[in-house]
Amino acid sequence: MADSSRRTPPGPGQKYWRRPLDADRIKVPHGEIHILVNRCKGCQFCVEYCPRDVLEMSESFNVKGYHYPEAVNEGECVNCQLCEMLCPEFAIFCVEVEEEVADDDGGS
Amino acid sequence: MKREVAAPATEAHPMDELLRMDRIPHIWCPTCGLGTVVTAFASAVDKLEIPLDDLAVVSGIGCTGRVAGYIKVDSFHTTHGRAIPFATGLHLTNPKLKVVVISGDGDLISIGGNHFIHAARRNVDITVICVNNFIYAMTGGQVAPTTPLRANASTMPYGNFERPFNIPYLAESSGAVYVARWTALHVRRLTKAIAEALQKPGFSVVEVISPCSTLYSRRNRIGTGLDLMKFYHDNCEIKHGADTRELDIGFQEEITVGKFIDTERPTYVESMNTWYAEVFGDQYEPYEGSAK
Ligand code: SF4
Ligand code: SF4
Ligand code: SF4
Repeated sequence: MADSSRRTPPGPGQKYWRRPLDADRIKVPHGEIHILVNRCKGCQFCVEYCPRDVLEMSESFNVKGYHYPEAVNEGECVNCQLCEMLCPEFAIFCVEVEEEVADDDGGS
Repeated sequence: MKREVAAPATEAHPMDELLRMDRIPHIWCPTCGLGTVVTAFASAVDKLEIPLDDLAVVSGIGCTGRVAGYIKVDSFHTTHGRAIPFATGLHLTNPKLKVVVISGDGDLISIGGNHFIHAARRNVDITVICVNNFIYAMTGGQVAPTTPLRANASTMPYGNFERPFNIPYLAESSGAVYVARWTALHVRRLTKAIAEALQKPGFSVVEVISPCSTLYSRRNRIGTGLDLMKFYHDNCEIKHGADTRELDIGFQEEITVGKFIDTERPTYVESMNTWYAEVFGDQYEPYEGSAK
């Protein structure tokens, strides 16, 4: 898998090398992941193709005896819903969560 | 598909509304791509906001043939190879209905091959989603007319020596007005192609290359469905408008995907109405369906 740190947006204290013009208007969406553990058949499509490496296969088994995905990095989820689209078992989906409004003025 | 989740997260999925939940879990194997194709189809229907009462899904026999039994719209699971003639009848009775055939390569291209070419020739206004897993999966991995040369099948234990059909070329030369090919991995582009095909008046075909983990890839020792998804990721080339004669698929060779044909031609009903209006003049009332 690609190194996910490259895709991590700058945290507090870091600066964009060049600040996107619309950085204070565009919000990166954030998703909340729902995993229907007992529907999963362990194909790993979601884990493999999540662009933010949010998911990892579990150590434990579900009732059918498969490993299932766990959100180990939920804060990184951008609600792209690729996991949901790829899942052949209708076992994972994502809902957008409202961002809490930042209390600074965007650094201007 | 609603996105608000009221019920506990472990109980409901946005897709559930479109599925016959009494039949879920489906019978498809782990790492089979068929469930993904169902999601792509459902997303296309959702995107176009097609009222579910105006939609009908017809399947034939085979692993893909199960789709008609899982989708919660009017659907019919026909006998082997007969999805297209059933869909043609349904469409002609009620041309306002969106009739979609979702079936496999063996069902549509081999056993129903004749129906496929003639529905394309007549430009019957239906959409065909042909899931191509390169093999007769449900019956035990027999060679199909789409099995790549040299691939192993239970009836080709030394590798296939029959030249396979190239589905987009077959569809185009028979007269289809929309032809695209994607894989189960290209799920967003696939959704877009299905949406375009659904909106296209006339015979539209979307071929979906999808992993069959249990028969095709195990027999050929090429891993699981996940390995096939990775293979598609690394070996698919998108070439919109490519010449369909060049779209043969070799065993574990590069797969060309994209939208190849998007053209206009009078549909079967339009041709009939135009011609009979010419022959009979005012006496002819254009046919708009016989369903009440
Ligand atoms: S919605 Fe996208 S980012 Fe979030 S877990 Fe799924 S694939 Fe990963
Ligand atoms: S894609 Fe679905 S079935 Fe496959 S591992 Fe993820 S949750 Fe499980
Ligand atoms: S046999 Fe192949 S096509 Fe059929 S459900 Fe299993 S993996 Fe899918």
